[in-house]
Amino acid sequence: MVQKDKGFQFFANALMIFLVICVLAPFFLMLMSSLTDEQTLIANGYSFFPEKFSLYAYKYLLVQSGSVGRGYIISITITAIGTTCNLLVTLLYAYPLSRKELPGRYIFAFYLFFTMLFSGGLVPAYLMWTQTFHIRNTIFALLVPGLLMSPFNVIMMRTYFTTNIPDEIIDAARVDGATEFGILFKVVFPMAKPIAATIGLLVGLAYWNDWMNGLYYINDDKLYSIQVLLMKIQRNLDQLRQQAQNGSGNVNLAELPSTSVRMALTVMGILPVMIIYPFLQRYFVKGITIGAVKG
Amino acid sequence: MKKKRKSLKHFWPMYVMFLPGVIYLFINSYIPMFGIQIAFRQYNAAKGVYGSPWCGMKNFEFLTKTKDAWIMIRNTVLYNITFIILGTILAVATAIILNEIRSKKAKQAYQTIILIPFLISMVIVSYLAFAFLSTSDGFINNTIVRWFGISAIDWYNSPKYWPFIIVIVNIWKGLGYNMILYYATICGIDSTLYEAAVVDGATRWQKVVHVTLPGLKSTIIILTLMALGGIFRSDFGLFYQVPLNSGPLINVTQTIDTYVYRGLIQNNNVGMSAAAGLYQSVVGFVLVVIANSIVRKIDSDSSLF
Repeated sequence: MVQKDKGFQFFANALMIFLVICVLAPFFLMLMSSLTDEQTLIANGYSFFPEKFSLYAYKYLLVQSGSVGRGYIISITITAIGTTCNLLVTLLYAYPLSRKELPGRYIFAFYLFFTMLFSGGLVPAYLMWTQTFHIRNTIFALLVPGLLMSPFNVIMMRTYFTTNIPDEIIDAARVDGATEFGILFKVVFPMAKPIAATIGLLVGLAYWNDWMNGLYYINDDKLYSIQVLLMKIQRNLDQLRQQAQNGSGNVNLAELPSTSVRMALTVMGILPVMIIYPFLQRYFVKGITIGAVKG
Repeated sequence: MKKKRKSLKHFWPMYVMFLPGVIYLFINSYIPMFGIQIAFRQYNAAKGVYGSPWCGMKNFEFLTKTKDAWIMIRNTVLYNITFIILGTILAVATAIILNEIRSKKAKQAYQTIILIPFLISMVIVSYLAFAFLSTSDGFINNTIVRWFGISAIDWYNSPKYWPFIIVIVNIWKGLGYNMILYYATICGIDSTLYEAAVVDGATRWQKVVHVTLPGLKSTIIILTLMALGGIFRSDFGLFYQVPLNSGPLINVTQTIDTYVYRGLIQNNNVGMSAAAGLYQSVVGFVLVVIANSIVRKIDSDSSLF
């Protein structure tokens, strides 16, 4: 029996290690390519074990290229501001929604809910943001459309309030003469820190990783976040590739970052996430499980 | 009367709290819902959404008449069905195997690592895919293809490979997320059921079949139904960014979402784009409502509403 279990444990671990390798291999290839000497890359292509290493790509990004520093500043700014605003709006909507005694709360619940079921889609939203709000090439384009509030998160937080915060505490605070805003920020919020951390992390990740708003609304390279910068570089390369295939246009690859530089830029794009992830892993897991199973 | 006035005074701060969210949702979600009427108008940039002349169902005609429309709908639905079937089987299998591993540390490490692709954007994924698939310097063409002594494959111009590439990338990115969902459900299964099975002399396989899988049944059904509700939606990044917007691949990578984007930005065909978007929203709405009402019958706690 023990012998049999040993065999099974070996099989199960081997399978998991295989999955782990499948997951990590592309990242390893990316990291190695970013550290490969440019001439070696041209000769041998992307390789897991390059013949010649070089730190050129990182030196280039950190010293010569201003776009990475700027990209980081934009990414960090939108992530910080966006996450804070999102959490505030979510908190402010979720708390009254969780108060059973509030008349008309079902109207607000439905108002929130309906946006999850039906959407106007990209076209009317795009026309509204660009023509009514003139959001193109402003920082608001990276902060506001679609990202400032997620109905899922509001419902998640509402559920947390109804199940984890006893009515007696709120009633007691009311008897003591606290205002509703006072109760929210001094009584409820401190008790809601675990859920706020979980939602904040998911929202922060969404802001850090967002490139679609950049695709729709940004052409000004001063406003490129890291992700938008990566997306734009790739688009330029695609266009050049297609021009080369059609035999039209002057193809000048020298204007675009070389392979190792692009790979180094990709490393920079995921580095902050990879640094914080091991410490906050359990919050990510919690966010996933409560978000999907208990909405 | 006096009491009522007191309660209103008592409640108004809560209504104020709703205000930022109400305003944001009004702008971000409700105005575009009204703006969808552009699908029934002949769009004119100078006149705007509400001033363009009406044109009835003209923008929708292509949906039934052209091959483009058939291709994008077919792709969206077939890819989603593949993702649901393969994704669920693999996620359930890995969750069960993960649960059987005895070392707690190893379990934790596997879970942590397999979730990593969930944390990165599709732009990064497209760079990773390019490192493997690039025709001139990609890893596959430079290493694997050389081993087998065949000529280099022009991946970004060969549509026949892309259904597989898209599915692999999707599973690579989503497996950790789904595995964790099922694993969490397994952890929640009453441990006395397993103990009873051991007393009855059940083998490992019998425990999986008679305890774990029945315990996972409702989660599998619910997540599948929810995914079926979204069968008309697609991940824009996966179908646009990962294939690098390559023209020759369009027959196997065009989905409703990429069609809407291309129509709007590249071809300047606002009417047809909006029509496709509205079609997607209406069908999606109906599917989500149906899926949800079934979920509510199975397990009312898990339904959206």
